[in-house]
Amino acid sequence: MSEELHDVVLHVNGAAHAVSVPGRRLLSDALRQDCGLTGTHVGCEHGVCGACTVLVDGAPVRSCLMLAVSGVDAEITTIEGLTEDDGTEEGRLGPVQQAFMDCHGLQCGFCTPGFLTTVTAGLRDNPDPTREEAREMIAGNLCRCTGYQNIVASVLRAAELARDS
Amino acid sequence: MTTKLFGEKVPRVEDRRLLRGQGRFVDDVLAGSGTLHAAVLRSPHAHARMTGIDVDDVLDVEGVHLVWTYDDLTGAMAEPLPLLIPHPTLTHGRTQHALADGEVNYVGEAIAFVVADDRYVAEDALARIRVSYELLPPVVGIEAARAAEHLVHDDVPGNVGARMEQQTGDVEAALAASPHRLSLDLTIERSACTPLEGRGVVARWDPDISRLTVWSSTQTSTGVRGCVAAKLGLDLGQVDVITPDVGGGFGVKINHPWPEELLVPMAARALGRPVRFTEDRREHFISSAHERGQVHHVEVGFDGEGRLLGLDVRFWHDHGAYSPYGLIVPIITSTQLLGPYKPEAYRVAFESLYTNTVMVTPYRGAGRPQGCFVMERTMDAIAAELGLDRADVRATNFIQPDEFPFQQGLIFQDGRELTYDSGDYPASLVKLKELVGWDEFPAYRAEMAAQGRRVGIGLACYVEGTGVGPYEGAHVHIETSGRVKVATGLTSQGQGHQTVFAQIVADELGVRFEDVEITTGDTRRMPYAVGTFASRAAVMSGSAIHLAARRAKEKALRIAAEALEASVEDLEIVDGVVSVRGTGASIDLGTVSVLSNPLRYAFDEASKAATQFSVGDPGKPPVAEDDEPGLEGRDFYSPERATFASGMHAVVVETDPLTAEITILRYAVVHDCGNLINPMIVEGQIHGGVAQGVGGALYERMAYDPSGQLLNASFMDFLMPYVTEVPDRIEIDHLETPSPLNPLGIKGAGEAGVIPSAAVFAAAISDAEGFALTSMPISPSELFDLRRQHSEEPS
Repeated sequence: MSEELHDVVLHVNGAAHAVSVPGRRLLSDALRQDCGLTGTHVGCEHGVCGACTVLVDGAPVRSCLMLAVSGVDAEITTIEGLTEDDGTEEGRLGPVQQAFMDCHGLQCGFCTPGFLTTVTAGLRDNPDPTREEAREMIAGNLCRCTGYQNIVASVLRAAELARDS
Repeated sequence: MTTKLFGEKVPRVEDRRLLRGQGRFVDDVLAGSGTLHAAVLRSPHAHARMTGIDVDDVLDVEGVHLVWTYDDLTGAMAEPLPLLIPHPTLTHGRTQHALADGEVNYVGEAIAFVVADDRYVAEDALARIRVSYELLPPVVGIEAARAAEHLVHDDVPGNVGARMEQQTGDVEAALAASPHRLSLDLTIERSACTPLEGRGVVARWDPDISRLTVWSSTQTSTGVRGCVAAKLGLDLGQVDVITPDVGGGFGVKINHPWPEELLVPMAARALGRPVRFTEDRREHFISSAHERGQVHHVEVGFDGEGRLLGLDVRFWHDHGAYSPYGLIVPIITSTQLLGPYKPEAYRVAFESLYTNTVMVTPYRGAGRPQGCFVMERTMDAIAAELGLDRADVRATNFIQPDEFPFQQGLIFQDGRELTYDSGDYPASLVKLKELVGWDEFPAYRAEMAAQGRRVGIGLACYVEGTGVGPYEGAHVHIETSGRVKVATGLTSQGQGHQTVFAQIVADELGVRFEDVEITTGDTRRMPYAVGTFASRAAVMSGSAIHLAARRAKEKALRIAAEALEASVEDLEIVDGVVSVRGTGASIDLGTVSVLSNPLRYAFDEASKAATQFSVGDPGKPPVAEDDEPGLEGRDFYSPERATFASGMHAVVVETDPLTAEITILRYAVVHDCGNLINPMIVEGQIHGGVAQGVGGALYERMAYDPSGQLLNASFMDFLMPYVTEVPDRIEIDHLETPSPLNPLGIKGAGEAGVIPSAAVFAAAISDAEGFALTSMPISPSELFDLRRQHSEEPS
């Protein structure tokens, strides 16, 4: 009994990844294991924790609840794609990444990829959130380390950095 | 000029990597490189005898490489897993096997192990394994365990794994002579650490050098290494354990070895290919450890000012199905229960009981939240009985600043006397009352009441033994580039060790912070270590690193003095350059490192300076008798006993008169962990602890049904707080009472935030409602029911 494989091309962070995957393969697994982009983390595999959140055509999506084959026509952005090109190999931290650094918005860093993508999309919709809106923006993601205090501060700081840039 | 970094809010060096998606967590190691995936068949029953396991069809599944049951295990692997912390009173310690041997004792216990091309196929294969069970009656909950109508283990009478008692003074006489007495029954339910990253392990066997490399998401790499070597019949020198980035631990990852930590390396060796196991979320709920479940009975006697004369506590600890981590949790409850207080006589006795549920090992706080809950509920009960201010009753019982070191007369979790090294509890209380506005609260309450709103305030105090032994070590190597490589053996789970330890090294050595690189949890770099638990990393490894850096510095100064023809006393090191004060003479540490290693062969320009025709006194051996080559320092820190941090929390809550919904209006923390290395990181630790405490007090519990099924084994049903559940602003004030026990005067901070939560919320909600809560956590439904009960009972 051999599993049928589907040859699909995933467009992730501006690069095309040709992968051959079974129909049941989760996008999260394909990103991590087939595309080698391990920055996306899997925390619960039932769509509650938000650690695996990626942007699919700009909208935050739980990559553990989406099949890889469903991602063929989409532009996918992961944490690796949030870094900005500044001519160096490493690139420069994007405003959301920089804000998390400035505000100590992460501890173990496992849930962080999902927060960064979620906040990136959130600030695109609402570039100038109030404190309450900043809390609302991250209210679908779990973090067990930070108590969220500095993540809320990071959202506000990211908005500030994005405005200044 | 090098500025002192100790005490500064230095941004974390870890972040740059983690924020780019370049962290290396265990599931990232060898990802997508032909690594095989393991999956585990787990018991669906809480208590059953297995009468047969049929694995015949499994290897027919394409892509399956291996299936093992207990019958495939031999030698040490067939023995039960280690009982890590034996104790004389743990008369009936029991541990599970790597794969169950005939009987299963909790839902989730490992039965069979499959390795396949990927996790999907491995799980397909699990579905083909047929196990026949003869069901046995499950023992679920403390009440059933105490009743002992059924036994978890046939050879453990009464389900009692251990009975332990400690006493100071004559409690019975003290109680009999007390002018006031109260009895209380107090309960805390089960919860769990639930880090966002579950357990995981990857192993690779290298047949060319007969050496095993294991990556584990653990809190102790040396512990895992010892177990893997012993169980697989390898020498320690054949096993390297590397702890990569760890996605949170909170205690559960200190237990070891988990079955998979042995089975994965064994499979990697058997198959000659790298193998990984990554726990999924349901597995984490049903096969990793829980904590907290305890029932307590208190008899207390006190005088008219609320002074504790006699305190007699009995409690029952739900140990789950097995006891690999010994009695650490109940011992901590029984000793740390006393907090900042000094009853004239104290007796504590506990029974540790087996149940057919997931085993219990420490979760952040490790028995202290329960102890704090018991003591603080008792304090509030005394205040209510006497009509005194709750803060005043506490102040009456405080150990005073001039009483340190203070001996409680008990034996602590490390087998040493419970002696508090330093603290200033009255000062903390003054700060807390000010921070939260304790004295103004009655006016606020009246103002709210006038609007039809119901509010309450509570406070809770704790003392936390941190930095327990036996030891940690550090190795500091100043390379010829001038960069400083530092290794310590304990592991990191997000505490910012790479930052705070680099702060310590930069200060001690006089080098630039960015030239210091810290490695933790890699047995190749530091094979002697214990682990990260009990808020010990900063105290233990921080002190060891400080001492090792000092040794490296002494050597650097000695070599530099010779090279500069100056005396050591006249030298200073700033930004990695050793110079003679008041002169222009200087030498950088990289060059000192070159000179420290007499060479025969030059490999670059710099190393020419250390070759035999360039350096050294031809009349002396190139390396002196009491010296060794290289600019390195190694040292260990092993304190006589733990150092005791302390703190006090206060919370203001509002309870909805109709729905019984509980809202947090303010949360205030006064924290004393001695000298702060990095206040930003300490505050982050407090924030996280408080949020975990909110979860533990108001939302999180393990909902076992009577048959031992965990009904809420998912993040859908186990209600971990989102941002919407935690206070918007946690207000923090620090007190810094240095520890006299270590060179930096520091105390641990990791667990503190979570310790007083159940106590402080119970206090505030009780204050709002006018009746005393005795069981936590509490949901709005439960509060609603309690209101009905109390309105029906004539008071």
